[in-house]
Amino acid sequence: MSGGRTEGGGRWLGVYVVAYLVFLYLPVLLIPLFSFNNSIQAAFPLQGFTLQWYATLFGNSALSGALLNSLVIGAIAATGATICGITVSYMDLYGRSPLAATISAIARLPILIPGVIVGISLLILINLIGLGPSRIAIVLGHILVALPTTVVIMRSRFAAIPKTIREAALDLGASDWTTFRRVMLPLSLPAIVSAFMLAFLISFDEFIVVFFLAGTEPTLPLYIWSQLRFPKSLPTVMALGTSILAVSFIIAATAEILRHRGLSAPAPRPADPSQPKQTERGELQWHST
Amino acid sequence: MLLPGALVTFMLILFALGLVLFLAFRGNDGSLLGAGFTVANFATVVSDPLYWTVTLRSLVIAALVTLATVVTAYPVAYYLAFHAGRRRGLLLFLVTLPFWTSYLLRVFAWKIVLAYNGVLNSALIESGIWSEPTLAFLNTPAAVVVTLAHAYAPFAILPIYVALDTIPKSLIEAASDLGARPFTSFRRVVLPISMPGVLAAALVVFVPTVGDYVTPALVGGPASTMIGTLIQAEFGKANDWPFGAALSVAVMLVILCVVLVARFTDRRFGSRT
Repeated sequence: MSGGRTEGGGRWLGVYVVAYLVFLYLPVLLIPLFSFNNSIQAAFPLQGFTLQWYATLFGNSALSGALLNSLVIGAIAATGATICGITVSYMDLYGRSPLAATISAIARLPILIPGVIVGISLLILINLIGLGPSRIAIVLGHILVALPTTVVIMRSRFAAIPKTIREAALDLGASDWTTFRRVMLPLSLPAIVSAFMLAFLISFDEFIVVFFLAGTEPTLPLYIWSQLRFPKSLPTVMALGTSILAVSFIIAATAEILRHRGLSAPAPRPADPSQPKQTERGELQWHST
Repeated sequence: MLLPGALVTFMLILFALGLVLFLAFRGNDGSLLGAGFTVANFATVVSDPLYWTVTLRSLVIAALVTLATVVTAYPVAYYLAFHAGRRRGLLLFLVTLPFWTSYLLRVFAWKIVLAYNGVLNSALIESGIWSEPTLAFLNTPAAVVVTLAHAYAPFAILPIYVALDTIPKSLIEAASDLGARPFTSFRRVVLPISMPGVLAAALVVFVPTVGDYVTPALVGGPASTMIGTLIQAEFGKANDWPFGAALSVAVMLVILCVVLVARFTDRRFGSRT
């Protein structure tokens, strides 16, 4: 199934990848493990199965408020960041104006700024314009934090679409806008979805910037942070963390299915004889029927 | 179509960073934008050995984390690009899934692993390797390095994978047709072409790591205070915004130097091969 050229090397790499995944997942999986453990401490040996920590999650109004905040802020910020990512990268590639290229370069700049500095610079800004720490401030901060990701994803996707396709549309009389809307956007739909998903999870996950921008209504990571100082609430945090992991898994799986469905508008890829073509075709047919 | 991007980039990025630079040259009088014009903030940053120590520590920790993440991620990205076959989709999904787990939770997981009465200590005692729990794990710079390397691991794989995946298979076939052994074609063809991805991965890990204040606070203890911790404190408890702004400008200058050095070495590397 794998490459074919260097069978042995591939096998050793495979073993390495499995070990890497174990390292990646083991610490995180300890959270669900101990969330079902009937002890206030996260330590071996396990003390027996319990659901009591999950019971403490229900009827907690501070928690549900934080969850709602995180969902709304994540959705709005991801929408904003995706729209900015699409327009900035498209204009950069096809707008042929120096301004568009400058904006695209600046939009990727936050990658080179640590979160703490993004946080304090926005804190100064929102105080200056009289907004103050608030949910709008968090949305602005998260658009900024997610922007490099959406620009990079969209830019590489637009660049991967053969120039001839766009030129054909323009030759056939489509205006710039029609070409963008009817040709380029549909062809890049999988990238748009994945950009949105990534932007949403960046916002949902984000703690470093939100720490400076939140007013009286915390997001979920801020709520978790506030609970970390109490050793007694450790099991509750683990139950909450497990719930977040579970929901994340469902959303991520959904995103994956959506991405495959989007691929039925064929993304041009260099022909690769070592790739089992039928599998991908079959998978796509399965999704499109 | 330029409007949304222009608003965000000019207002939220350039103007906000300009404010930080402006504030760094102001005196602290408790008001939002400070008072007067002064270079006293920078004089303190440069003359006080505390800031040299903390900056150096931040750089060393970030460099170790970057090295560890990029070196361990490269083989995974390589496997994904060239050997994964029909398992590629599943593996990509598995390495990106930790993205979906809160950064805070990933750090928190290490806190419960390394704690005095935590997972690692209790597991070592339970299995008879250790006789009593040790304090040696938590609240050390080593704990910060391990935790950050784990937290930012998924960030490094994707840029490298994307760079590797765009390499046409025909290039590698051409190399082997021309007599290159697999390792030679890797060293002379694949690695140089993937260097932009490696550089991107290194920067994506290095920059957030050098300014991190969450991990030192949760697993680092007082011996691993990082520069981000100090900036956060100036805008919080210490309430000296102009000085915090000066520290931020200093960090940005340090990062600029690192980026320039990385660019330079990458170009040298690229032109030599």
